[in-house]
Amino acid sequence: MRFLLDDEQRAFARSLDGMLTAAGTPAAARAWAAGEHAPGLAVWRGLGTAGVFALAAPEEHAGVGPLPVETAVAFVELGRHAVPGPLVETVASVALLSRLAELGSPDAAERLLPGLVGGSAVATLTLTGVGVGTGTDAGVGTGTGTDAGFDAGGTDTGAGSATGPRALDPDAATVLLAAGDGEIRLAPGHTDPRATLDPTRRSAGLLPGGERLASGAHADTAARRARDWAALATAAQCLGVGYALLDRTVAYVRRRAQFGVPVGSFQAVKHRLADVLVGLEFARPLVFGAAVALAGGDRQAEVDLAAAKVATGDAAHQAARAALQLHGAIGYTAEYDLSLWLLKARALRGAWGGPEEWRGRVVRAVGEVRAAGGRVPSGGECRRG
Amino acid sequence: MDLDLTAAHKEFGRRARAWLAGHVPRRPLPSLETAEGFAAHRAWERELAADRWSVVSWPEEYGGRGAGIVEWLLFEEEYHGAGAPGRVSQNGISLLAPTLFDFGTSEQRARLLSPMARGETVWAQAWSEPEAGSDLASLRSTARRASGGWVLNGQKTWSSRAAFADRAFGLFRSDPAADRPHRGLTYLMFPLDADGVTVRPVGRLDGKPAFAELFLDDVFVPDEDVIGEPGQGWRIAMSATGDERGLTLRPPGRFLATAERLVREWRAHGDPSDTALRDRVADAVIGARAYQLYTWAGVARGAAGAPLGAESSLNKVFWSEHDIAVHETALDLLGTECGDWTEGYVFALAGPIYAGTNEIQRDLIAERLLGLPKGRR
Repeated sequence: MRFLLDDEQRAFARSLDGMLTAAGTPAAARAWAAGEHAPGLAVWRGLGTAGVFALAAPEEHAGVGPLPVETAVAFVELGRHAVPGPLVETVASVALLSRLAELGSPDAAERLLPGLVGGSAVATLTLTGVGVGTGTDAGVGTGTGTDAGFDAGGTDTGAGSATGPRALDPDAATVLLAAGDGEIRLAPGHTDPRATLDPTRRSAGLLPGGERLASGAHADTAARRARDWAALATAAQCLGVGYALLDRTVAYVRRRAQFGVPVGSFQAVKHRLADVLVGLEFARPLVFGAAVALAGGDRQAEVDLAAAKVATGDAAHQAARAALQLHGAIGYTAEYDLSLWLLKARALRGAWGGPEEWRGRVVRAVGEVRAAGGRVPSGGECRRG
Repeated sequence: MDLDLTAAHKEFGRRARAWLAGHVPRRPLPSLETAEGFAAHRAWERELAADRWSVVSWPEEYGGRGAGIVEWLLFEEEYHGAGAPGRVSQNGISLLAPTLFDFGTSEQRARLLSPMARGETVWAQAWSEPEAGSDLASLRSTARRASGGWVLNGQKTWSSRAAFADRAFGLFRSDPAADRPHRGLTYLMFPLDADGVTVRPVGRLDGKPAFAELFLDDVFVPDEDVIGEPGQGWRIAMSATGDERGLTLRPPGRFLATAERLVREWRAHGDPSDTALRDRVADAVIGARAYQLYTWAGVARGAAGAPLGAESSLNKVFWSEHDIAVHETALDLLGTECGDWTEGYVFALAGPIYAGTNEIQRDLIAERLLGLPKGRR
């Protein structure tokens, strides 16, 4: 029992932090939002060199993984630096292709993983029939599934809705994966990208047809793996976004004076930020607990991934609301960099399944996990009076 | 980074589970906050102690098992998972005992700890006064030097468990001339049936006498019942309130068991189409798991040499708010006739107030962890 990042993992976080600070990620994010992908793709190649995308792939396919804990470490930093692009989608695609290879279909992995792992290729992904929506926060009413079970053959209607699932940033991607409903295919193209609330995140539908990489049970199994990694990476990224919002706001309220004193000395301000820290500090261990469970193939991962997704979404959202309020009007401007994190916090909360989907999963999964451990008596036990 | 238990830890957990399975009363005991329930809970402490399960983390010579923190946390998970009774001795075990281990004399430990472990002496705390709540250092009750001891005068209030307890511990002003309010305070213990002590039980929200006012009128306390150096009481007491806010008062096993119980209630009584309520049931599970994992992370940091500092304030805000939310959810699911949950709800409502109000904790978080400037409270 040592539930603590080791020196190497902390050094990895520090080196990514240093690299991303030097890279000037806010400027890259703004360019990305304007449709200029080159600065963002330069950062992307740096991430590939640093080994971020190798963490989800096994050694026989150019990777060093699977290492969910290190992946979470990396995605906290990616969130902290507001790095643009389909990061979660690429890591989830790497996990998906790696799983297909494990299941005896290594062709796609051999072809696609070297580029994705190295950072020269970018993937985007849609997942359907695995109980969560896609990475683009389409909302419950427009295509993400609600309350579908873990069974990939379940009743998730998100996949089949009229608009279809939306993929994040397909115009920046070279690998367009459409997974779920019993097959995995390389989509031949995408519809015109549309703006979302977060200008660095544009979405489009993937076109039907294209090369089929897998079908049947293997496709479902690989899609579920992708879903788990997407949830983990999104939660970690969201956590990093939340800490960035808190750090920037703390710095601001220490500096900003009104009535002759820093506004950070007012109790109303302090208490709001204290609550933000409480939210983030108690979401953080859920992310790493989920990563540890995923690494160990533990059934607890089902509860922990869902818990991490919900808690990080809430904590970052709370951080964003506090950050905007405590910055005042300057925080409400697009020009000020805070906006990058404010909008990303909102987007990530709904990406890869909204809070209600994942909360439903928590309640279902906790019974299954406990039942497997033989602990839960059935029935209510309310003692009246 | 791992969450793996050693074989020895697992074995410890199994032994605790086996003992609890054979001993936990089949029907819940009457409320701890009644004379009848207090006596029943005292008897339960005796039963725990007979097989060395009442204070597992203490050294064996005082009735414990010398368990490390991981084993203690596992014991608490098993204890609450088994639905075992609340701990009437908690004030003594989690607040006074750590203070005695750190600051007491070997004579005090030998005299006081074993009766505490067996439930023979149940302890109440005597911190707050009518004019000293959050601003505890402004307390006015006095300890005046006398031959061979001290003479106490003044009034204490909100003294948890004092209505039925045997002894109390608290802070008294021993040097009225000290230059700062938190200097010149002395940490003392006294019997609640001593000459000059009047205990007036106070009904909490539901009317049960969960706490009391204490009136002290020339109460003599011998020197042997002073903890640490006279005048050093503030420093000594603050080390205990850190424990109260953090780990030792509210181990995660308590919240895990409550969340599991709420899920069972939801399955038995919930309307599956009521996703708003289902989401709150989910939050009970998520919060309990977050608290458990946060605790394991804290244990790992502690093992790596980092002291538990202002993080205990994060802990306190989290569990106290979580506890209320879980019980609110249960009441919305089951109504307010369900005795166990309503009693738990009333208890939970006090959480953000005691052990340093959550407002004080948020000040500490903002100033000590976020580095925000001090301001007027």
